[in-house]
Amino acid sequence: MIKLFWRDVTLAVRSGGGFGLALIFFLIVVVLVPFAIGSDQIMLSKVAPGVLWLGALLACLLSLDRVFGLDFEDGTLDLLATSPIPLEGVYLAKVAAHWLTTGLPLTLAAPIYGLLFNLDFEVRQLLFLSLLFGTPALSLIGSFGSSLVLGVKRGGLLLSLLVLPLYIPTLIFGAQVARSAAIGQNFEVPLVLISIVSLITLAILPFAAAAALRINLR
Amino acid sequence: MALTWKLSSYWDKFWHLANPKVFMGWSSRLLPIIIVMAAFCLSTGLIWGFFFTPDDARQGSTVKIIYLHVPAALVAINGYLLMFIGSLFWLIRRQHVSVLIAKATAPIGMAMTAIALLTGAIWGQPMWGTYWVWDPRLTSFFVLFLFYIGYIVLWSAIEDHDTAADLTSILALVGCGFALLSRYAVLFWSQGLHQGTTVTISDGVQQERISDVFFQPLLLSMVGFCLLFLALLLIGTRTELRVRRLKMLELREQML
Repeated sequence: MIKLFWRDVTLAVRSGGGFGLALIFFLIVVVLVPFAIGSDQIMLSKVAPGVLWLGALLACLLSLDRVFGLDFEDGTLDLLATSPIPLEGVYLAKVAAHWLTTGLPLTLAAPIYGLLFNLDFEVRQLLFLSLLFGTPALSLIGSFGSSLVLGVKRGGLLLSLLVLPLYIPTLIFGAQVARSAAIGQNFEVPLVLISIVSLITLAILPFAAAAALRINLR
Repeated sequence: MALTWKLSSYWDKFWHLANPKVFMGWSSRLLPIIIVMAAFCLSTGLIWGFFFTPDDARQGSTVKIIYLHVPAALVAINGYLLMFIGSLFWLIRRQHVSVLIAKATAPIGMAMTAIALLTGAIWGQPMWGTYWVWDPRLTSFFVLFLFYIGYIVLWSAIEDHDTAADLTSILALVGCGFALLSRYAVLFWSQGLHQGTTVTISDGVQQERISDVFFQPLLLSMVGFCLLFLALLLIGTRTELRVRRLKMLELREQML
């Protein structure tokens, strides 16, 4: 399982794996927002926590079809299914790799991008925390979606259609943390809630995703 | 001992109803009755509601859209529940009828969700002064709409029937959990403009309750919508079963 994890990480980091793409996409979204909303500093810092969360979420979406898609196409997934690791474990290893190469960089980048919106240090801190607790849920849910649409040709669009509604609770709580911090409200409750979402998905989705993988490999 | 035997025999009989052939039999006998009853309840309820109830003191005649809005919303939510149950039974018992029921529910439920959203918007314009607000109830309904769309799209995207049935069932199960989660997340996220539940069976003494003048026709149209849903559901499921049987026959032709 650990080997599988490192293999996925290496594959993602080497060129063509789309490691930097998510970060660049995130940056572009962040740069585009002022063009859409206007350059008013106060307004921008008001919407910034939400925008950063949304940008991170969309950037996370980009690399999802690679989680299982490539391995399914070249037959690696069949080999993994016959290996001693249960498919639940395969799923977890792949999620961990996806998070390390997408979720974590996005989490680290968000406070830096927050500087562009003139966010306070405290808000940026909480943005970081909320993304740290929230992005695992994004990876977990997204990889589950990826396991559902394996058999579909060009399932990228379908994948985002299925996954985005599932992202709603994570987004609500995550953005709430940063927004509450920005207006000086209590941010601990949403922070706990977003951790709950991550933990619930961690508890349930491995089984759902492994079931979907088994069906697709049948 | 005797009781358990009797119960288990009823249990078997219940599942026997889901045998495709048996299902086609009883549903064809039941369908006309349900259609007639639905037509009766709907026409009576709606005509009563639209023309023979007084206008509300504050809301005027706009209140009458409630006879479409509330029943549609009721059916939309419970349709998702039915999809959940159908999917669950398919995964457990592998009965084709149950997953086909879930499949047939989705478009009906989506249409009902759309009706509830649209009537709500039409009512909201004169009453709240806006077609749409990001209120928890409204937003949860929109989310429900998205879940329905996702389910339908996944069905249409996968060619093999059994694979599609399995995968959409998993999506329905997971989706149901997330739909509930979203419901409460949305409550957390925003304060509401939508009124609370005023249509309750229990006698709410302290809470504001809908007046009987409006309640009786509303109840009738709620029953009517449920029957309509049932009729559409049976028709949809029967069509799906026939489609499957046709495919089987075509395959057999090719084999010969």
